[in-house]
This record gives sequence, C-alpha cells and structure tokens, in this order.
Amino acid sequence: MHPLFTRSRLSLYLLAWVPLVATSIYVLAARGGLVWWQATAIAVPVFLFYAFLCLFAWYPCRATPLGSVSFIRLLLTHLIAAVFISFIWTQVGALFAYAVLSPKQFEAIKSQFGSQVNAINAIGILLYLLCAAFHYVLIAMEDSRRAEAQATEARILARDAELKALKAQVNPHFLFNSLNSISALTSMDASKAREMCILLSEFLRQTLGLGEKSVIPLSEELALLERFLAIEKVRFGARLRVEEKIQEKSKSLLIPPLVLQPLVENAVVHGIANLPEGGVVRLVSEFQDGRLLLTIENTFDPEATITRRNGMGLANVRKRLEARYGTDASIRVDSQTDRFRVELSVPAETGDMRK
Amino acid sequence: MSSQKRIGALVVDDEELARHVIRELLVSHTEIEVLAECANGFEAVKAFTEHKPDLVFLDVQMPKLTGFDVLELIGENACVIFTTAYDQYAMRAFEVHAVDYLLKPIGKPRFEEALEHAKRRLGEPMPSAQKLADSARPPRQFLERVVVKDGTRVTLIPIAKLDYVEAQDDYVALASQGKKHLKQQTIASLEACLDPRCFVRIHRSYIVNLERVARIEPYGKDSRLAILSDGARLPVSRAGYARLQSLLDERK
Repeated sequence: MHPLFTRSRLSLYLLAWVPLVATSIYVLAARGGLVWWQATAIAVPVFLFYAFLCLFAWYPCRATPLGSVSFIRLLLTHLIAAVFISFIWTQVGALFAYAVLSPKQFEAIKSQFGSQVNAINAIGILLYLLCAAFHYVLIAMEDSRRAEAQATEARILARDAELKALKAQVNPHFLFNSLNSISALTSMDASKAREMCILLSEFLRQTLGLGEKSVIPLSEELALLERFLAIEKVRFGARLRVEEKIQEKSKSLLIPPLVLQPLVENAVVHGIANLPEGGVVRLVSEFQDGRLLLTIENTFDPEATITRRNGMGLANVRKRLEARYGTDASIRVDSQTDRFRVELSVPAETGDMRK
Repeated sequence: MSSQKRIGALVVDDEELARHVIRELLVSHTEIEVLAECANGFEAVKAFTEHKPDLVFLDVQMPKLTGFDVLELIGENACVIFTTAYDQYAMRAFEVHAVDYLLKPIGKPRFEEALEHAKRRLGEPMPSAQKLADSARPPRQFLERVVVKDGTRVTLIPIAKLDYVEAQDDYVALASQGKKHLKQQTIASLEACLDPRCFVRIHRSYIVNLERVARIEPYGKDSRLAILSDGARLPVSRAGYARLQSLLDERK
C-alpha cells in the first residue's frame, strides 16, 4: 500500500503542488493569452494528473532502495522513469488542452510553448525526481517508525515475560528447608509432618495458580501468607513471631498477586533468620482515603551485611506495581536501627476481577 | 566396635529440626558421640574450643556467624561436614577441597557416605581452613566483615570500621576503633580479600583504609609517613606511595 494514501498525508502532498499550479495559471494567462478561467481549467487538471502520476515514483523507489543498489543503477532507473512519466504527462496535457480550447487558442498556445517542449519536459523530469527524493524520505520515515514499533513491541513482550517470571518465583531455599523440616518431623511427629506436607502443597498450588491472574482480593494473598508463615514457623519455632492488624474492609480490595509474599519472605529470610533470638514480622493493612495501605515490618540484625538484607524481592515488587499502576503506586522503605519497614500504597480497587 | 576409636562430634545448626535430623542419622553409629549441639556460630566456636571434637556438622546459613565464618575461626584440624539447603558457592568450595558436604534434606545413604569419607580423613592434615573459606567466597566479591577469635570470644569487624592492617609474623593485627585484634592470616591473603578501591598496601607490612588517611608527610630519603585521622602514623614505601597516588588519581 502506498504510504501517502491517508487523507492527511495526501492533502499535504497536494498542497505542495499549489504554488506550481498557480505559477502555471499565471504563465498560461499572461503569456498564452488565455482568460483566467481557461488557464485554471487547464492547469489544475493537468497538474493534478501529474501529481498522481508522480506517486508512481514509489514503485521504483521501493525497487531500488537507497544504500543497497549501486548509484548508477539508481540514477538510471529514476531517469528512465522520469523521462517516461514526463513524456506521458506532456502528451496527455497537450491532448487535454486541445480538447478544452478552441482550435484558434490551441494554435496560439502551441506556437507560444511548442518550442519550449524540451523545457517543459525538463520541468516534468525535475518534478518527478523531487517526488522520488520525497518518497525516499517517506520510506526512511516509515522504516524507522516500523523499527520503533517493533522495538516497543519487543520491550512489551519482554516485560510481560519478566513479570510472569517474577510472579511464579518460588525460592528454592524455602523449598529445600521446608522439605528438610518435613524429613525431621517424619520420625518425631508424623501427624505434624503430614500437616506440613499439606501446608506446603497448598502454598505451592496457590502460588502457581495466582501467577495466572492479574489481580486478586487481598484476602487471597493473606491466605497465602498464612500458609507461608505457618511453614516457616515450623522451621524457626519460637524465633518467628507474627503480628497482624488487618482491617476487615480492606480484605476485599484488589492487588496484583504475590506482591506481599516476597516482602514477607524477605522479612523472614533477611530479618528473622539472621537473629539468633528471632524477632517479629508485623503485617498491617488499611483502607484510607481511597487507597490501600500495606505495611510489612520486621526486626533485623543491623550488623548483618547489606547484601543479606536486600533481596531481589523488593525490586520485583516495585517493578510489578509500576507496571500496573504507573506512578499511582508508591513503595516506601524505611530502615531504623533494628526495624525494617516496607510501606505500599496503591489505589483501592474493588468489584469485578478486571483482566 | 570397641576396637574403633571413639569420635567426638559437634552438631551446629540454627534450626532445631535440622539438628534433630543429624542426631537421628547418628543413632546407629555408636562410635560417634555427640559432644554438643549448637544453635549458632558463637556457641559453635566456644564448644569447639571446649570439647575439641573430631568431627563437626556445620550448617552454612546461620545468623551472625555463617558456617564459613565458624570454619575460619576453628581453623586447622577440624574435620567439617557442611550441611546446606542450597548454596552453589559451598559446592564450589568442596570441588576444590576434599571435605564433604550434605544437601538438605539429608538422605541416609548420602549421610553414610559422607561419614565414611570423614572417618578416612580423620587424623590426616586438613586443607587450610583459610583457603577453604576463601574459595567459598563468591568470586569478585570482597569481604564485608572480618571475624576474629580471641580465646572463645568472637569479634566481628565490619570492613568500614577497619582502620589499617599490620603484618606481624604469621599474624595480622587489625586496627579498628582504637583496638587491635590479632588474627592468624598472612597480610597478602587478607589483601586479596579487600576491595582495592578502599584499601591500599602502602608498605610490605601495612594495608590502610583510604578513608582514614588524613595526610602524607615526607620521612627520610625515600619514604613517607601516612598520618591517619586518629593520629596513627604508618610507614609508606616508595611503591606503596605510587599505589596510593594512582588510587587517589582514579578517585578524582
């Protein structure tokens, strides 16, 4: 499809021809002795015709793209096309003038401009070449636009894939440690071992299921956290203490799945696990002024090395919130002496599970 | 059985359940006596000094002191079997050095194998604990803290609080906040673990924390003195001065 065949582009293209038409009307009237309306009646259709004829430059331009064919071939192709098209134009133009004008006037025009047929042809050729150059610019613009669109699309695809991968992450440490706990419990407390197996299965099943959805009610995420913390409590025993302050109203609000889980996992892995005497993980949710506020707080060892405190989890959550809410979500990380706190604030969404 | 030498063992893990697994796997081995169980690295270092066990089951991921830190502190003649849930660096360490490791959850056949392995190694000289600890550290990652043991007391020195290091025969003296801590390590091997953008070897026997250098004064014909912000004066050799200069140029 020709790139000019949109209404706005075509009008712009034709607009560029207006000065030429005006000039030729003036020349036909002043030098050819025609009255204004006659000059207009000839010049407008003749140039309109040529404007469309020149659009055919697109085909040779496509056939000989810049940079991939030799200059000689490029020049030859366009010169031949130019001569051919210009010839058609002058002949059709002459025929048209013959049809419109009285024989006397036609003779007058012919004697006035007949000797300049070469000059007219040259103008035709030049116009064609200008048009060809214009088409090359157009093609280059199209190409870069397409490349950009492709790059954008690739970026979006990559981001989607990344987001999907981020959602579906289950920390292998967590898995192996849980299995180790189960293996210890089998001889100590068989029913507890079974309970742990069930907790772990439920956790895994839910994690895998949630990865498919784009938002879930907070209550579902909390149910997942409950299982996660129950499993970790088996492992850490009295070292892991959990405090929850969940506002009933907030439970039905929607959040992207698995946003809290990595943060709570961080709180356990980078907070509690580094403290010989253990500590507290606090979870708060609140609905306030049209926003859902979520806080995860944990005690940590201020002497533990930095890398052990900053997991990938926080960066992942940040990225995923950004992808969904843009600048409308905020994450605040606050680290005081022995308390690490992450505060999320997202627009409160209710109702249907939107895709 | 009675002909066999009794083996004293230490079980170190911050998780009660994980210790239980080891204890249970050891039940059928009457020749092995569990001397103590430790829930963290400090306890482990203390128990090691007190009980002098032949064999240590050592968890890698523990609060404050990791299994690697403990190994570094208990040093030379410890026969250590590491236990870990998942740690690629640990595995790398054991590919180089022949001490065994167990991945959690621990299976009976693999446990027996490791035990056999350890028994054969008992009495043989162990690879240097320092080397093992060094190779267990991820590549291109510098020390974030130094662990030092004085008797049964363990001190952690965060790297940012380390002022300078002085070589003293087979030891290094680590100066931090006005105190000096002795550690058995060569200055060259410590230098290799420190971030070269922050620490410079200014002399054959000295490494200095660049942040602490207040000024440099000429001293004698070919040498200079580095005056630290706490007033300490360290000799700077000609080569050391060149290294210091190039580092300061880089920082500009």
